[in-house]
Amino acid sequence: MAETWIDLLRLLDGALRLATPLILCAMAGLVSERSGVINIALEGKLLTGAFAAAAAVTLTGSVAVGLAAAVCAATMLSMVHGFACITHRGEQIISGVAINIVAAGLTVVAGNALFRQGGHTPPLAPDDRFPALTLPFAETLAAVPVLGPFWGELVSGHTLPVYLALASVPVIWWLVYRSRFGLRLRAAGELPEAVESAGVSVTVLRYRGLLIAGVLCGIAGAYLSTGHGGGFVREMSAGKGFLALAALIFGRWKPWPVLFACLLFGVLDAAAPRLHGLEVPLLGPVPVALVSVLPYGLTVILLAGFFGRAEAPGALGRPPGRTG
Amino acid sequence: MAVPALRLRNISKRFGTVQATRGVDLDVMPGTVHGIIGENGAGKSTLASIVFGLHTPDSGTIEVDGTPVDNLRPVDAISHGIGMVHQHFMLVPGFSVLENIVLGLEAGFRLGPGLARARVRLAGVCREHGLDIDPDATVDDLPVGVRQRVEILKALYRGARILILDEPTGALAPHETEQLLALLDRMRASGATVVLITHKLHEIMTVCDRVSVMRSGHLVAERDVKDTSADELATLMVGHDLPAGGEEKAAVEVRTVLEVSGLGVRDAGGVRLTDVSFTLRAGEILGLAGVSGNGQSELLEVLAGMRPVSAGSVSVGSRRIDHAHPASPAEMRSLGVSHVPEDRQRQGLVLPFDIRENAVLGRLERCGPGTLVRPAVLQARAEAMIGDFDIRPPVPDRPAAVLSGGNQQKVVVARETAESPPILLLGQPTRGVDIATIGLIHSRIIELRNRGCALLLVSADLDEIFALSDRIVTLCSGRLAGPLETRSADRSVVGMMMAGLDGGAAA
Repeated sequence: MAETWIDLLRLLDGALRLATPLILCAMAGLVSERSGVINIALEGKLLTGAFAAAAAVTLTGSVAVGLAAAVCAATMLSMVHGFACITHRGEQIISGVAINIVAAGLTVVAGNALFRQGGHTPPLAPDDRFPALTLPFAETLAAVPVLGPFWGELVSGHTLPVYLALASVPVIWWLVYRSRFGLRLRAAGELPEAVESAGVSVTVLRYRGLLIAGVLCGIAGAYLSTGHGGGFVREMSAGKGFLALAALIFGRWKPWPVLFACLLFGVLDAAAPRLHGLEVPLLGPVPVALVSVLPYGLTVILLAGFFGRAEAPGALGRPPGRTG
Repeated sequence: MAVPALRLRNISKRFGTVQATRGVDLDVMPGTVHGIIGENGAGKSTLASIVFGLHTPDSGTIEVDGTPVDNLRPVDAISHGIGMVHQHFMLVPGFSVLENIVLGLEAGFRLGPGLARARVRLAGVCREHGLDIDPDATVDDLPVGVRQRVEILKALYRGARILILDEPTGALAPHETEQLLALLDRMRASGATVVLITHKLHEIMTVCDRVSVMRSGHLVAERDVKDTSADELATLMVGHDLPAGGEEKAAVEVRTVLEVSGLGVRDAGGVRLTDVSFTLRAGEILGLAGVSGNGQSELLEVLAGMRPVSAGSVSVGSRRIDHAHPASPAEMRSLGVSHVPEDRQRQGLVLPFDIRENAVLGRLERCGPGTLVRPAVLQARAEAMIGDFDIRPPVPDRPAAVLSGGNQQKVVVARETAESPPILLLGQPTRGVDIATIGLIHSRIIELRNRGCALLLVSADLDEIFALSDRIVTLCSGRLAGPLETRSADRSVVGMMMAGLDGGAAA
C-alpha cells in the first residue's frame, strides 16, 4: 500500500516537472489569445528563453541572471511579434511562424558563435542550476504516513519555476476575471471595436498581453535549460509550445481547465517510461513510442471529437476596425 | 439665441477616392431631437463618426456647447458629453449588461468594488429614464431591442448629454421602434440632445424637431419638421421626384404553384415551425409578416432547399418534398424557385467576389460549355444587370464588399430575377436599403407579379407588407395565422396576429 502511494506520488511528481513549461506557456498563450492575438509563437519564445538562460548562466554562473536573460529575450521576441501583428496589423499566424523559425535558427547560430559546440551550450554543473527548494516541515512530516510522503515527495523539493508555474494559474485567473485589465483584455479579444469606442486603446491592451506572455515564456525557457535540464540543446523545446497551445484550446481558454489539460499531458509524458515493456495480455509488450505519442494523439482526438466546438475569443486573429 | 449643443463648420472627409462629406455645416440646438436623413452612402454615418472622434475630418471645426474641440478622439467625445449608439452594436459577447456598461470606466484595478458601485449607479440611471434592464443578463441572450437599450444606457451612464444614434431602427421590430422613439421623446423632455440618423421618413416625422437632409456628402437642406412633409423630404433626399407608389394590382389568377401542408421543422435549437400550411398562387404576392425570430427565416430556408423538412410537405408542381425526399438548393432552383435571402452579405453574395462572379452564383451551368466558364458571358450578364438595376458604381470587376448596402441588394435581386422565375422568395428585400433602391425593388416585385410570378414576401416592415401584398399571413412562434386579403385587412388585426393573439382567424 505504502509502496503504491509512493509510486503514484513519484509519477505525479514527474508529471508536475514535465508539465511546468506547458503550464507557463499555456498561461502565456491564454493572456495573449484572450486579448485577440493568436500566439503560435509560444514555441519560439520558449526556445529563445531556454537558450538565453543557458548562455547567461554559462557566462556568469548565476542562475538569477539566467532567468532575467530568458525573460528579457522572450519578451523582446514577444514585442517583435506585437510590432508585426498589432502595430502593423500583420497576419498573426504567419508572424508567429516566422518567429518560431527565427528562434530555431538563431539559437543555434548564436550558440555556435559563443560556445563552438554545435549549437549547444556547455553542460551546466549542478550548482549552476535552479536548486531544489525544500519546503518547511518536509523533514518533520517525513515520518507521518500518507501526508508525509505527499508533502515530501510531491509538494516539496521542486525548483523555483515549478512553483512559479503553479502560482501563475491563480494569478492569471485573478487578472483575467477579477481585474479591470482582464475585463478590457477579454473585451479586446471579443469585440475590439467596443473597447476603442469606450475610449480604451486595443493596441496597448494587446501589447500588454504579449508582454505578460513573453515573461511567462521566458520563465518556462529558463526552467527548460537551467532547471529541468542542464544546458541548452538545439530544438530543446521539442514542440512543448505547440502542446501548450493544444492545452489552451482543450481547456477552452480558461485558466483552471487549461491547468488540468497541462497536468494531464504531464502525467501521460511521465507515465511513458514507466509503461516501457509493460505486457498487455494477448498483445504483448507496449511499444514505448506508442505511449510517447499519447499526448499528441489524445489532443487530436479531443479537439476533433467532442471538444470540436471550442469557443475561441470572438476576435482572435483580427485587428480592430473591421468586422466580419 | 441659445448656444448650439453641437456646431459643425465646413466638415470634409475623404476616404481614398471617395469624398464622404463635403463642407458640412450643422447646428444642433440643445434639448432637441435633430434628424439627419439621407440615402445609403450620403455621408450620414461618416459625419456621426467624426463627431464621436472615430474619424478625423480633413478640414472643418467642431464646437460642443460653444467650446471648440480639436483632435477629437472617442475618449474626448465622451468627456464632452457626447454618446454614440452605433449601427452595429458595440456590445462584447459573453459579457453581462453591467460589464458592458462599465467597460472603460471600471474605477480601480480591482473589478469587484467597481462593479458593485456601478450596479448602484446603473439602477439610478435606469430609474431616471424609465428603463428596466437586468444588469446580470448576458447580452447575447437579449433581444435586439433590449441590446439597443443597453447601448443607449451605456452612453447615458457615461454622462452623455448629446446622444448620436446611427440608423438605430434598422434591425428593430415595429413595436421596438415605437419604444425607441418614445424613449427619445422622454430623453428630450429631460433636457438631452439627440441626433437621429436614419433613412426612414416616418421616424423623422414622428420624433424630430428639426431635420437636415444629406445627399452625396452635402447637406442639401434643413427644415423644421413642423414645416415640412415626408414627400418633400423624400424628394430632397433623392434629388428628384419619386415615382408614385401603390400601383394598381392586376387581377389575381388562382393557379397554385407552391403548396405547403402541415410543415414542421425542428432542429438542435428546438421546434422552429409547427403545422404550417398555405398555398402560393401564380400572379400574387403573399406577404409574410411577423417579428423576426418567429420562424420566417426557417420557412424561407426550407422553401429554398437549405433546410430539411421534419414533418409535412412542400409541393412544387409534381415534386413533393418531405422528410424522406429532401431537396437541395440546386434542385429548388431548377424547379423554378428563386431566392433573395434575408442576409445578403452572408447568403446572397460572396463579398470578396466581384459583381460578375456574384451575378452568376448558382447559375454557372449557363455560363459556358461543360465545367468551363466563359468570361465574356459573365461580363455580359454583369453589364446587363448593372444597366437594368442602375448598380453603382457601374464597374463589373468591383468586389461586392465595396458596394453600398442598396447596391449589394440590387445585385442579388438582379441575379434572382434575371430568368423571370415562376416562384420568387423574398427575405427582407429592402432592409437597410436606401429609399430610391426600395422604390426600384418594389417596382420590380410588382412587375414580376403582373407577369405571373408567385412571390412570397417576408418582411418585418408592415408598411411594405401592406403596400405590396395581395394576401397576408403571419408567423408567431412557428405557427402560421391567416391568410387575410390585404384589401379587407386591418393593421391592428395583423399586429395582433403577429403577437400570437387570435385577432384574425378569417381565411
